[in-house]
Amino acid sequence: MSEPVIGQRIRRVEDRPLLTGRGRFAADIDHPGQLHMRIVRSAVAHGHVRAIDAVAAKRLPGVVTVWTGTDVADVPPISFRMMRISGLEPFRQPILAQGIVRYVGEPIAVVFADDPYVAEDAEDLVTADIEPLAPYLDPTLEPPPFAPGLVAEAAVVRKEYGDLAAAFGGGARVLELGLAIARQSGVPIETRGALAHIDSSGVLRFEGAAKVPHQNQRALATMLGLALDRIHLHEGHVGGGFGIRGEIYPEDVLVCLGALRLNRPIKWIEDRREHLIAANQSRGQRHRVRVAFDERGFIRGLDAEFWVEQGGYIRSHGVTVIDLTAAMMPGPYVIPAFRAIGHVRLTNKTPAGTYRAPGRFEGSFVRERAIDAIAAALKLDPIEVRRVNLIGPERMPFKRGLDTLGTEIVYDSGNYPAFMDKALATFRLPDLKRSLAERRASGEMVGLGLGFFVEKSGLGPSDKVKMSLTPDGTIEVVCGSASLGQGIDTVLSQIAAEKLNVPIAAFRVRHGQTDLIDEGLGAYASRVTVMTGSAVSLAAPALAKKICAAAAPLLQRRPDELALVDGRIGQADNPAGPDITLAELARTLAAPLEVEARFESSHMSYPYGLHAAVVRIDAETGAVAIERFFVAYDVGRAVNPTLVEGQLVGGAAQGIGGALYEAFVWDDAGQPLAASFVDYLVPTALEIPPIETLVLEDAPSPINPLGVKGAGEGGISAAGAAIASAVDDALGNPGAITRLPIRPDDVRRHLRGR
Amino acid sequence: MKPAPFAYHAPRSLADAVRLLTELGDDAKVLAGGQSLVAAMNFRLARPAALVDINRIASLDFVNSEGGTLRIGALARHARFERPLVEGVLGGLLPYVARHIAHLPIRSRGTFAGSLAHADPASEWCLVARTLDAEIVLTGPKAERRVPAADYFQGVFTTALRSDEIVSEIRIPLPGAGWHGGFAEFSRRAGDFALAMCLALIRIEGGRIAEAKIGIGGGADRPLRIAAAERALVGQAPDAAAFAAAADIAAREIDPMSDIHADADYRRDLVGAMTRRALAHALRA
Ligand SMILES: Cc1cc2nc3c(=O)[nH]c(=O)nc-3n(C[C@H](O)[C@H](O)[C@H](O)COP(=O)(O)OP(=O)(O)OC[C@H]3O[C@@H](n4cnc5c(N)ncnc54)[C@H](O)[C@@H]3O)c2cc1C
Repeated sequence: MSEPVIGQRIRRVEDRPLLTGRGRFAADIDHPGQLHMRIVRSAVAHGHVRAIDAVAAKRLPGVVTVWTGTDVADVPPISFRMMRISGLEPFRQPILAQGIVRYVGEPIAVVFADDPYVAEDAEDLVTADIEPLAPYLDPTLEPPPFAPGLVAEAAVVRKEYGDLAAAFGGGARVLELGLAIARQSGVPIETRGALAHIDSSGVLRFEGAAKVPHQNQRALATMLGLALDRIHLHEGHVGGGFGIRGEIYPEDVLVCLGALRLNRPIKWIEDRREHLIAANQSRGQRHRVRVAFDERGFIRGLDAEFWVEQGGYIRSHGVTVIDLTAAMMPGPYVIPAFRAIGHVRLTNKTPAGTYRAPGRFEGSFVRERAIDAIAAALKLDPIEVRRVNLIGPERMPFKRGLDTLGTEIVYDSGNYPAFMDKALATFRLPDLKRSLAERRASGEMVGLGLGFFVEKSGLGPSDKVKMSLTPDGTIEVVCGSASLGQGIDTVLSQIAAEKLNVPIAAFRVRHGQTDLIDEGLGAYASRVTVMTGSAVSLAAPALAKKICAAAAPLLQRRPDELALVDGRIGQADNPAGPDITLAELARTLAAPLEVEARFESSHMSYPYGLHAAVVRIDAETGAVAIERFFVAYDVGRAVNPTLVEGQLVGGAAQGIGGALYEAFVWDDAGQPLAASFVDYLVPTALEIPPIETLVLEDAPSPINPLGVKGAGEGGISAAGAAIASAVDDALGNPGAITRLPIRPDDVRRHLRGR
Repeated sequence: MKPAPFAYHAPRSLADAVRLLTELGDDAKVLAGGQSLVAAMNFRLARPAALVDINRIASLDFVNSEGGTLRIGALARHARFERPLVEGVLGGLLPYVARHIAHLPIRSRGTFAGSLAHADPASEWCLVARTLDAEIVLTGPKAERRVPAADYFQGVFTTALRSDEIVSEIRIPLPGAGWHGGFAEFSRRAGDFALAMCLALIRIEGGRIAEAKIGIGGGADRPLRIAAAERALVGQAPDAAAFAAAADIAAREIDPMSDIHADADYRRDLVGAMTRRALAHALRA
């Protein structure tokens, strides 16, 4: 047998073009005769559109046409990909405003021109007469009317189990907290981009797809009235996704419509300002939680109500974020009685969707703030209070008593207390506490905080892969997943290489192309390694069998006497015997050898982790510096530990952004005030300390053949929680921090009040 | 993020540039490093009908010191100041200040004079010019004007510069022996515009402060000198108590702006903190 490949720190196989400047992102693609599309956006947060005048714009040389809402009134609004609970339909977004605008940045008209500069000149010439209506900006206020017969509360999501009344009665101690998380988003380096053209066989080709190409193929086909084989989506290189990139947006539909109606290739590249006002945002939640506990700090019940700023419309995620916030809030703790009520309110702001660890970043902040509050009230060590509440290993698999994303939540495996011990030992907690105490004694404001969390990964229900030996000896793995930069080519190659016993260089992974495979759910919810990886691990033995069968006549052996060893087919029990390479075999084939395999799963797997932060406060300015940030994460099995660490480090950087810097802000009229990177503060390398990671494989998942759990979101989940806790500690003021991001002026305010 | 149409001119001499500005009128703008102007044009916040690019005017590309004056030509880029250019207190201080301006790519294009023309209230160079009593040389169609920094800065993005004039040179009198200088700035992230900053110079004679210059940037609509704080320092020993008292005065005297990153009260706190730190830095440096 050769060396194991799974678990090795193999260099990413997809990086050569990216590192040598040969990546092809959406903006790098051009088609002869293409038109450039430019969106005219509402400058008003809420209002009736009285008229839109495009006459001057249409007259501008180089402009082909300008459409307003009436020109696309026949196209249905964008539907839901996930969490399509009933009653949401009236809140869907039309591709161009139909008589009413609901946020600054909403598309109200679209320009097609033969030059991107002219397109923007024309945008300037389109004038909109909009009668302003009062904007609804604070989701804790009573929702106003949305449309005749509807108020601006699209849904109330409720999750509960246990006897809450009993938990809060009978001498329980009770605390109440008010908490808030600002609007934030993933802001990938590559803004959105979409190109559409009709190929020589009349098929509509859409480039710039990401994340969920097959799902969007179906959605676009439905909206445009096309048969599925008349539209294909193609993913190129993608410069980051984080949940927001790749969802279907009005612009995606408009490029397709442009290509179909104008019979010219259409190109649209989003600019950064558009990105910051028009692409999905996330977070934006206010929570009011009550927690009942006993003298040991054991939580008897948690009762949370929260209000979510959905923005102007409900987009493709439906109520995913709200559902996950509620369902994942109990986290790693027993909490015998629980209730969460989430109000989905349509404020006049940019619509919201998912962003890395949706609902868990928020819910972990809330839950861990509550644990810290209990510890402070009882004067107990917050770590001990966590320990008292952790679900014991003997209770695994643990039925949470809740469901989310249409699956029952069953924590599949884990030993939370042992994990916490291991993580804290690695972080050298006792030494650290001692040194912080010394520094505090000498006047420094330093503090330590923790956040424990459970993540979810590997959302089903199924993934299919095709694996084939092609005539040049390459083994092609085709899947319906997508790459947002996370390294799926490498990970799937590693799994295939190990399972097939063929060197990794033989593999070519193809993803994100709807014409290569007829289904695929895509890349979200930390699902690809779990779902697609498992499918690959099932396809490999089937392909090995076919390969041996094809080699049998050439080697004059029965197929079952043959095996693949290190890329050669030979006799299983006679390494010195005759053999043949894959490439030699491939040359003899009339057609590629191909297999298909499918992995199905009706449950998610649940990785878990701990974040710890050490912060220093500058008392005069209120600035918080993160001295150390530590992420421990049990992913069951790490196919490539370097890639897992990369996910954790990147996630932590975004988590620090969410904890200290990032906030979309609006004025009282609903005008966005953070519409550039001058005001929406993404931390840079200079703000992020080296992230320390501990990747553990102590609790493999029993529900997939690889034992893997997803690694994409554990870097960010409890970053806000841990940093808030550390800032409290540095301030010497438990419970001081109630909202994210923690701004230096907030910290100063606490210091002034001392 | 694409600019509105504009005409482009690239004169080779200062005289040609000024002539073009005169001919083209109010709608023409000087293009120097482009680090503020081009961004504003891409957002279509600025829509000049014509650009007069001064980057090819070789005679504007200089920095030198003669006769106790540091002379900075219009094409001197921020990055040029990252290494000591003069002897004395500014030798170390200017590089320290320069490194607080934006990030390296921006510093290698943006110009000292462009910063003064743009007059962002949080510009480090505007603060340097104001605190060090620089003279701004404005070349127009008729003659050259030399405007003292005290009169030059008039508000947010507003100066004494006329649309047919070019900031051709900045002259900074070099502080003599006995001067100490310090600088402190606070911004949310490294390289961001300052929420508040202070440049402090003190001349120490016989263990006492004989003269002081306290300049505040980012706190109000333009860089300011805090005369009351300067007066309070004179005659004092340069110690923590004197610095704290001066810092309190600076915080009190300022009329702070309020924006999404800092409200007025917080800015006031920052002005005090930066003043104290700049003074402490002056003593150490
Ligand atoms: C991300 C980012 C961060 C930044 N951070 C900082 C910071 O922390 N501190 C800071 O001070 N600056 C900062 N800047 C601005 C930068 O320093 C600019 O370089 C500077 O403000 C303008 O100089 P410029 O040469 O680029 O001028 P330009 O952008 O070319 O011009 C700016 C304006 O000045 C006029 N102008 C320029 N030169 C002259 C002249 N010689 N005569 C007459 N008019 C002239 C132009 O017509 C225009 O109106 C930042 C910029 C960016 C993009």
